Amino acid sequence: MSEKMTEMDIETDDAKQSRRDFLRNVGIAGAAALVASPVSVEASVGSANPDAETTVAEMLQGHFVLMSDKDKKQAIERLEKRYTAKYGKKTTVSDAPAPEGVLFGYALNISKCIGCRRCVHACVQENNQSRSNPEIQWIQVMKIPKGNFSFSADNLNKGYPESSKFGDYGVQVGGNAYTPVGGLSTEEAQNYYPQDEMVPDKNFFYVPVQCQQCEKPPCVKACPVRATFRDPNGVVVIDYNWCIGCRMCQLACPYGARRFNWGEPNLPPEEMNPKTHYFGNRPRMRGVMEKCTFCLQRTREGRNPACLEACPVGARKFGNLLDPESDVRKILATKKVFRFKEHMSTYPKFFYFIG
Amino acid sequence: MTKILSFAIDFGSYAIKGGPTYKAWLLFLLSIIMIGSYTAYRQLTEGLILVGATDQIPMELFFANFIFTAHVAAAAILVVAPGYFYHRKDMKELAVIGEIIAMCFVATGITFILFHMGRPDRLWHMLPGMGYPNFPNSMLVYDTIVLNVYLYLNLAGISYILYKKYVDEFDSKALARWFTPVIYLAIVWGPLIHICTAFVLSSNARMGEWATAVLPFGFLAMAGASGPSLVVLLFLLIRKHTKVQISDSVIDLMTTIIGWSLGIILLVFASEYFTALYSNTEHAASLNYTMFGHNGLNQYIPWFWGVVGSIFAGFVAILIPNIRKSYDRWLPVVCVVIFMSILLEKPMMLVFPAFSPSPLGEYMEYHPTLIEYFNVLFTWALGFISLTLLIKGAVGILTGDVRYHKPLVSE
Repeated sequence: MSEKMTEMDIETDDAKQSRRDFLRNVGIAGAAALVASPVSVEASVGSANPDAETTVAEMLQGHFVLMSDKDKKQAIERLEKRYTAKYGKKTTVSDAPAPEGVLFGYALNISKCIGCRRCVHACVQENNQSRSNPEIQWIQVMKIPKGNFSFSADNLNKGYPESSKFGDYGVQVGGNAYTPVGGLSTEEAQNYYPQDEMVPDKNFFYVPVQCQQCEKPPCVKACPVRATFRDPNGVVVIDYNWCIGCRMCQLACPYGARRFNWGEPNLPPEEMNPKTHYFGNRPRMRGVMEKCTFCLQRTREGRNPACLEACPVGARKFGNLLDPESDVRKILATKKVFRFKEHMSTYPKFFYFIG
Repeated sequence: MTKILSFAIDFGSYAIKGGPTYKAWLLFLLSIIMIGSYTAYRQLTEGLILVGATDQIPMELFFANFIFTAHVAAAAILVVAPGYFYHRKDMKELAVIGEIIAMCFVATGITFILFHMGRPDRLWHMLPGMGYPNFPNSMLVYDTIVLNVYLYLNLAGISYILYKKYVDEFDSKALARWFTPVIYLAIVWGPLIHICTAFVLSSNARMGEWATAVLPFGFLAMAGASGPSLVVLLFLLIRKHTKVQISDSVIDLMTTIIGWSLGIILLVFASEYFTALYSNTEHAASLNYTMFGHNGLNQYIPWFWGVVGSIFAGFVAILIPNIRKSYDRWLPVVCVVIFMSILLEKPMMLVFPAFSPSPLGEYMEYHPTLIEYFNVLFTWALGFISLTLLIKGAVGILTGDVRYHKPLVSE
């Protein structure tokens, strides 16, 4: 019975595949007819460097996960050819699959973080973000004032109501303690800073925020075309070639982790990192969403994310949550750990800890 | 086939006929469309970087205006429903005008969404079969479905009625068999597009000001106020300048709907603001920002109080019989004020300030760019030019000026 079922499944899959192929071929024929003169599918729409242009075939490609292995190979080759021509260096686009039996998790020690933002810049270098207009950074470091404000006896009789039968000391609302006390409150957080700022400032502590790789990600639910989804390692990834740029995921994200390519990304060829992954750091195009992927191109090979390697104080730890011996699991077991915006019920796999 | 062709030709040639004011209006809209096609081209080739949106405020004027078009489109059923549900004879003839308004505004809304998209070339990814719609999870998929169905329902209804009247085969009994169910479906579908649009917003738990259960109610009430305001203006124009009979009772029904919709809007505002402000937790932060500003960012304060004030003033004004009955003086003024204040409520109260504070506590103001303004005007001009032409043509058919004549020489 089960064998029969699988056979039938395969059959319907094949039927679907052929229908999709058919529709795509029709689309290609239509698009090719629009482009003047006889052109092959791989031909470009015409420019100084034809290899660097997006091909019609790339425009019509399907969702990467749903592609056949042959289509995947072709899609990767197309991209490698385009990137190599555009950036003038041999670029590889990997589609290395997610390692099995792994759930990635991240832990960040906020008592160690000194706010140097080296993680921010290492991330930009590794992940091929647009450098200017729009400048895109995936990690944002919140600078939060410590709770060392002064209380004042002068304020004891301030507040609301100022004068009542109970006295003049604001029985309902007091006059002191209005400055929020540190914690992960975003209320007084400062996210922007001068380049030459001296860190750490003793009156502040620092909380870097990046994609929290939620187990229940609201962005994935909101995406109308499944361009963003959880991969088998629990990392939320985006198929940049499938994203339609509606920004519903950005609306849904409670961490402000998603970045949109408002214009054509400006990535100088000399700064481009040619070792890329399809779902990771390959150069993006205008009008699509991008965000932290825990450096998927590295972590799928067993390496650490770039932000972790750049951290000078060892505040960042990364590992397999399924492995009790991993750094992250040990931290979860022994430290005071909490999640950012727990009330949103997104269950991040990015943990903050003290100690 | 020749009948259909001559229907299109007669309809079109009647639609562009008119006095100098009418011609001037059409030319005015056309000139906006001319400028707008350049700005639209710029945006399509260079991307959304030309508009004022940022990662902090990712929704632009297009999105705000889209919500408003959904208001008016949903409300157009208020012209259709009385004729079919309550068998009001004075309104049954006018149902087709309600459907034209609905269709034009849905189409305008869809155009706004095309401007909103980062990759309009990839919209086919939402088509079942070719693409992969995230059904049943994504609210945007629902919204796309209901908007498109509403568009085609109305398109079918309008073309059927007008064509049958044109060839003089309009038989209300034969009509009832299949057409009345379509109309009933369209009437039910009207609120549906609006509730879905409200859910697109309120499904975002992190948007403190949107994630409220009263949002669909507020939207429907705003639909009930803004849509009929436009309808009243159009009906007053139509009966002044054409032979179509629109009795005072029709206008009065519309003003009643506007009045009580405004009342419900005020109640929705009151319950929203009370619930947020009594406890005044972090969820009230963006409302506080809209009402009172934050550290010198005061852009939205005058808009907030202005819009709430004019909705209140409109409510009071429309309750006064002398104003309500002043068909060629005060009523149009009140209708314009209500229409404009609900149009401006969308960006300046509902959409832009709701993004402050951002998830990381940033406060910001939104500044639309010139290209964005022109693209908004372009879309509105497209909407209004199709609305004008369709209504003009429909009026010709309703009054009997446009009728099919058998060609003298048969083939």
